[in-house]
Amino acid sequence: MAGRIKFQQSLDDLKGRLLVMAGMVEQAIARAIEAYRTRDLTICEQVFRNEPAINRLEREIDQMALDLLAMEQPMAIDLRFILSVIRINADLERVGDQAVNIAVRVREMGAFANIDLPVDIPKLASLSGAMVRQALEAFIDGDADRAEAVLSMDDQVDDMNDAAFYSLSNLIKEKPELTPQSLNALIISRNLERVGDHATNIAEDVIFWVRGADVRHHLSKHQS
Amino acid sequence: MGVGIQVEHLNAWYGTTHTLQDINLHIPANHATALIGPSGCGKSTFVRCLNRMHETNPIARAEGTVKMGDLDIYKDVSPVEIRRRVGMVFQRPNPFPTMSIYDNVVSGLKLNGFRNRKVLDETCERSLKAAALWDEVKDDLRKKSGASLSGGQQQRMCIARAIAVDPEVLLMDEPASALDPVSTSKIEDLIFQLKTQYTIVIVTHNMQQAARVAENTGFFLNGKMVEFDSTHKIFTNPKDKRTEDYITGRFG
Repeated sequence: MAGRIKFQQSLDDLKGRLLVMAGMVEQAIARAIEAYRTRDLTICEQVFRNEPAINRLEREIDQMALDLLAMEQPMAIDLRFILSVIRINADLERVGDQAVNIAVRVREMGAFANIDLPVDIPKLASLSGAMVRQALEAFIDGDADRAEAVLSMDDQVDDMNDAAFYSLSNLIKEKPELTPQSLNALIISRNLERVGDHATNIAEDVIFWVRGADVRHHLSKHQS
Repeated sequence: MGVGIQVEHLNAWYGTTHTLQDINLHIPANHATALIGPSGCGKSTFVRCLNRMHETNPIARAEGTVKMGDLDIYKDVSPVEIRRRVGMVFQRPNPFPTMSIYDNVVSGLKLNGFRNRKVLDETCERSLKAAALWDEVKDDLRKKSGASLSGGQQQRMCIARAIAVDPEVLLMDEPASALDPVSTSKIEDLIFQLKTQYTIVIVTHNMQQAARVAENTGFFLNGKMVEFDSTHKIFTNPKDKRTEDYITGRFG
């Protein structure tokens, strides 16, 4: 396709940087869950150490997007792409924050006995992680159909979080001495539910970019 | 006040070249409508069909219906009358070089037989004020020639000249493409104000200008109108791939 070679190259660079950011964020979540599973505090430290790099990259991507808006006056699909990148960038940074939050909870749990809790955190993490992965794959390929599939996965994550709330609340009632571990697990469950919400946002941004339709807050593509 | 323009099955030729092919659109009254498209796509020919300037070229002809309000401009009126109702501003300002600013502005009125000095004075002042030029030239109206003004001032003077005859429609063919950003901004502000009184059709190669000044935008390509929609829709999410390729610079 002819025209605006430098601009197209800049859009590719922007996409590339966002995918670097995505890789770092996915790694942060995976490490936080690994730390939960193994109670290995050195892995928590890795999550804390890498957070500033994620924040730096967020600012760099925002600046790249701002420069393109100011210098290239993008239109239509290009404009929607850059807006989507800005939003996805913010969502990824928040996923990174959730990884840090989980690592903080795991560190707190380290002071207590590692007991069996009635919540499958790795399974919940696997599901919300899959949402992030699929939303990012939809972004890589500009595939709105695949992004749409992510939206339907969110209910499952919400249900698991609700179930965790119920079972851990009961555990606290029945065995108050397990309150610290239960509360920390409850917060981790909530953190992972938020990761699913951010993945949903990313998927919605992909749909906006590709189709020009705003599907946020259950607006259908016909209402855009 | 401006009038709406209804264009139906408009076709135009230069010799054997079919430069406009079956154009249909409605230009709403008292709105600015932008026409965009690559060079040679027919957008200038289109606006020249709206004031019957197209047919001034001996090898050119047009067919179809153009209604301004209830008036069919190819049936009900003479070309001279329609050009009084439809003002036009061109890419390069075209002042009458030997005339003063005053005479430039009222030249259309004089051509239409107006001689009353008081009417001419009032019209000159009103038109120059409407064109946002009055304060800059009011002390030199008869002393300075129109050609002595800066390019941006000349263009605003030409707009004052166009609106002095109280038209219903104002056609602008790339009115700011030869101007610096400050003058361009003044012309755009002017379009924003003038559309309360006139229906404005603006041809522009500047996408941002179309986005800034016009409520509706039409995209022309190879003599056809590919897409006509709200400017917002055209520049954020056009329906036709060719429109998107053009406005994102992928065209070619």
